[in-house]
Amino acid sequence: MESLRKKFFSHPFVLTIIAIVLGFAVASVILLLAGFPPKESIETLVQSMIGRPKDIASVIIRSTPIIFTGLGVAFAIKTGLFNIGAEGQYIMGCVVATMVGSMLDFPKPVAVLMVVISAMLVSALYAGFVGFLKAQFGIHEVITSIMLNWIALYFSNWVCGLDFFHKPGTIGMYPVNDCTYTMLLPVWKKSEAGQAFLAEHPVLQETLGRTDVNIGFIVAIIAALYISHLLNRTRKGYELRAVGLNIHAARFSGINVNRSIVHAMMISGALCGLGAAFYVTGQSPHTVSTLSSFENVGFNGLSVAFIAFSSPIGCIFAGLLFGGLLYGGAGLQSKVGAPTEIINIVIGVIVFFCALSYLIPRFVDRLDAAKISKRRARQLAKEKAKAQKAAAAGKDGKKGGSDVV
Amino acid sequence: MAAEVSSRYAVQMHGITKRFGSFYALTDVDLDVEKGTIHSILGENGAGKSTLMNVLYGLYQADAGEIYIGGKQVDIKNPTAAIEHGIGMVHQHFMLVENFTVTQNIVLGTEPTKGGVKLDMKQARRNVLDIVQKYGLEVNPDALIRDITVGMQQRVEILKALYRGAEILILDEPTAVLTEQEIDELLKIMKKLIEDGKTIIIITHKLKEIQASSDVCTIIRRGQYIDTVPVKGVTEDDLAEMMVGHAVKLVVEKEPPNPGRVVLDIQNLYVKNEQHLDAVKDFNLQVRAGEIVGIAGIDGNGQAELMEAVNNLKRCKGKIIVDGVEIQNKTPKFGIDHGVATIPADRHKDGLVLGFTVYENTILEKYRTEEYSPKGTIDRKKMRSFAEELIKAYDVRPEDCGPKLAGGLSGGNQQKIIIGREIAQEPKLLIAIQPTRGLDVGAIENVHKMLIKERDNGVAVLLISFELDEVMNVSDRIAVIYDGHIQQIFKHGTVDNRTLGRVMAGGKVEPSEIRDLPDEVAYAAPAVGEPSEEPMEEPVEEPAVVEPAVSLAEVIAAGNAAADAEEAASAIAEPEYIVRSAAAEEPAPDRSIEEAEKTSETMEHMQEEIDSMHKAIEDIQKQLSLVLQKMSDANTDVD
Ligand SMILES: Nc1ncnc2c1ncn2[C@@H]1O[C@H](COP(=O)(O)OP(=O)(O)OP(=O)(O)O)[C@@H](O)[C@H]1O
Ligand SMILES: [Mg+2]
Repeated sequence: MESLRKKFFSHPFVLTIIAIVLGFAVASVILLLAGFPPKESIETLVQSMIGRPKDIASVIIRSTPIIFTGLGVAFAIKTGLFNIGAEGQYIMGCVVATMVGSMLDFPKPVAVLMVVISAMLVSALYAGFVGFLKAQFGIHEVITSIMLNWIALYFSNWVCGLDFFHKPGTIGMYPVNDCTYTMLLPVWKKSEAGQAFLAEHPVLQETLGRTDVNIGFIVAIIAALYISHLLNRTRKGYELRAVGLNIHAARFSGINVNRSIVHAMMISGALCGLGAAFYVTGQSPHTVSTLSSFENVGFNGLSVAFIAFSSPIGCIFAGLLFGGLLYGGAGLQSKVGAPTEIINIVIGVIVFFCALSYLIPRFVDRLDAAKISKRRARQLAKEKAKAQKAAAAGKDGKKGGSDVV
Repeated sequence: MAAEVSSRYAVQMHGITKRFGSFYALTDVDLDVEKGTIHSILGENGAGKSTLMNVLYGLYQADAGEIYIGGKQVDIKNPTAAIEHGIGMVHQHFMLVENFTVTQNIVLGTEPTKGGVKLDMKQARRNVLDIVQKYGLEVNPDALIRDITVGMQQRVEILKALYRGAEILILDEPTAVLTEQEIDELLKIMKKLIEDGKTIIIITHKLKEIQASSDVCTIIRRGQYIDTVPVKGVTEDDLAEMMVGHAVKLVVEKEPPNPGRVVLDIQNLYVKNEQHLDAVKDFNLQVRAGEIVGIAGIDGNGQAELMEAVNNLKRCKGKIIVDGVEIQNKTPKFGIDHGVATIPADRHKDGLVLGFTVYENTILEKYRTEEYSPKGTIDRKKMRSFAEELIKAYDVRPEDCGPKLAGGLSGGNQQKIIIGREIAQEPKLLIAIQPTRGLDVGAIENVHKMLIKERDNGVAVLLISFELDEVMNVSDRIAVIYDGHIQQIFKHGTVDNRTLGRVMAGGKVEPSEIRDLPDEVAYAAPAVGEPSEEPMEEPVEEPAVVEPAVSLAEVIAAGNAAADAEEAASAIAEPEYIVRSAAAEEPAPDRSIEEAEKTSETMEHMQEEIDSMHKAIEDIQKQLSLVLQKMSDANTDVD
């Protein structure tokens, strides 16, 4: 019985929910202190996240890249690596996707495939380099990938400035060609027939017609399922997890740990690149602009992976929550006047409580233990009383002397 | 069962129950430890000994039961509270900061300060030296932890507890990691502490140590209190039986070996250590199918490096041939694929992935075969059924541990999983490094049986152990490693502890001496034509045949040997003496104190040995003159 309760409170999903509730609780207190009505503010926030079909569609679109980078980070964590370089890998993916996409003119499936593959490949290699440095020279991946993040940022800006890619009159590159678009029915929905059809179906009009609904989200779900399968069911996943959990035992049992580290980083990077490809091909402006600082898509992936307790499937929900908060935060500001920073606080608190959540099962265990010891104390008292009665009855009963001679 | 609460007792734990989830690690256990005694706790692996002590030390909270210290009920919420009550604990795995000095480690957390802020390390050092002197626990207060031996590290742990004012000292399997000499030292230290009025609770699986050290022994079986007995009145067999619940054979029974082809052939092997010095040099050894070769030796004579080379974790020079294939300087996988299975010394580091389930751990090598992962996907059904079989066959407890994390099992049960897994590899060569470290006698018996069974199935078995009894009991041949090479090889039953100890310290034994062992030591006279001991110089293929029957020629030979023996004695004594003391003066400043200590120990030891050899020589000379007398008598008779 007690054990079941503990099991319930040990489940990552339950813990995440608790963390989210606590996150909103803390946010409410802060809103109250800042002079905003907490109940209304949070209602507004939720309203702007899921109030209209258009909002839901927008949240999904906003979440997709974060789900991918979250997935990449979560995968790395499962294999014992901390891929703080997701940001850089994502940026590299975006640049390459845009470069390739802006030059291609092929039938759709081929064009999309080429963009996706090239972005994945470059991001994988970029991450693989970090893995190689770790495997070969023992340099910690956090150090190398932080530096590579900056290199990616400046590489991206450099490419933006190249004559060949720079679109005059903008601060960015030429956008990718139409043939690489991954929105749902991009041509049809602009056509007359499409417009007419959408006009008759308001929900579709709002979502499909007004937003860049794309196939990225579906690919993200497939990727999450696949990564989950890869980690838990396959030979490769077994190897990677073994290396992540105990590199010594893995080496001893004949696993090529150096290769594993490189592969793990490459897969993690490829997921970030995949996210980048669908961002560039699936959302306007379909291009990359000169960046003055990081856009945090990769760093947000870290938070997503934490909130999801590194579960690939969990990343989908954590990513949606994250994207939703980012999107809804804007509404919060326009409608209630509360600063968007409150959203950062909510997210921070959720991550914080996720990190602390390992205390919850312990707390539950304490409660259980207290109950049991009470029960036992009662039982013991009963036994003692019985024994005393028995002793009183037969005086010759041996005294409870020492059993140590 | 439980004694009355009284101030006579240092510690009393009554009705202790501890539960992990739904599993009861302890049920209603009592422990009464009288002041000023050494009280041992005995129990199988996973019986709950460590758990009971962790409850006493405040690391775990009991779900039920009371604890009394000196007759007063106490509530021990955490180790700080335990320390306040005068309880100190030395854990199975040491908790020292590797890069700190001995002094820093001892005072850690209770550092003396100047004006309450600034650390006063000088004062700290003085304090440490004070207790070092008081208890005669020699350590160098300025040495770094990573530079001192395991035995010394343990002293530091004990000093740490004493420094915090421990009156009651808990030692959890303190001898599992020590060499024989270090164990003797520890027992002496324990005696001294008792004289000083301390109380000691010790957990150990070694019945001999209980007999040698303790006054009283409490036995726990599967989390239940069994009995508390005075050690004086019981034999080792009694203890073993009480612990396991049925009679246990302490001495291994085995048929003579039936050696076949050479499976492992190590030729001229050189391996460097961390300091880039040759830790293994000119190492030669052969192990045949169907025999167990035990490597005996003092820790630090190249065993670790030898194993790293064989397991392809380190580069080496020379050849390691397994069944005709050179496996050196390849990958660990190469060795495994060519029939080498290893039970590693450090089960947490090399043996198991503690974050994996028991199921997953059982296929740590098999996972990559087509059988267990057809088309790259792990066959979980297959994995589970294999693991369940292994759990049953090796009596891993608890029985339903399969889907649980390996990290939650007790040390002994973790070891069973590794052994089962390695044997299931159906290797040609099975290497067992300290395979019974931390196991209870019942489990040890099983491990030894398994090794012998593998031998009988034609597997070549290489056993490396710091435990002399184990090597002497199980091995068919005993190879002594000293300073990185094989000093000498003996056949099972032809040497005693003392002789082996001498060779382990760098001495050598002449063939004649081996046969002249007194009767009371484990000496089985080899049958005529059977190979006797094999000195390293001679190839293993053609062992020297020595006739055991006492013939005239034989005695004369013995007489000749007497002179040799004398020569050998001096050869062992003097040059070694010089070499050792020279070594003590060599650079490595951090080690010099310890090294010097070791040297003086060795010297003492050698002096003893030399004396005994002199006696032996005198005996032989006496015999010889007797024989000569007889001969001349015979001659005159013929005349
Ligand atoms: N933290 C824990 N969580 C779950 N189970 C545990 C935990 N610690 C110990 N156990 C279980 O409690 C039982 C007793 O473990 P304990 O470590 O006390 O055994 P032990 O007698 O010290 O054995 P050994 O001689 O092998 O060290 C074992 O079955 C073990 O699996
Ligand atoms: Mg233990």
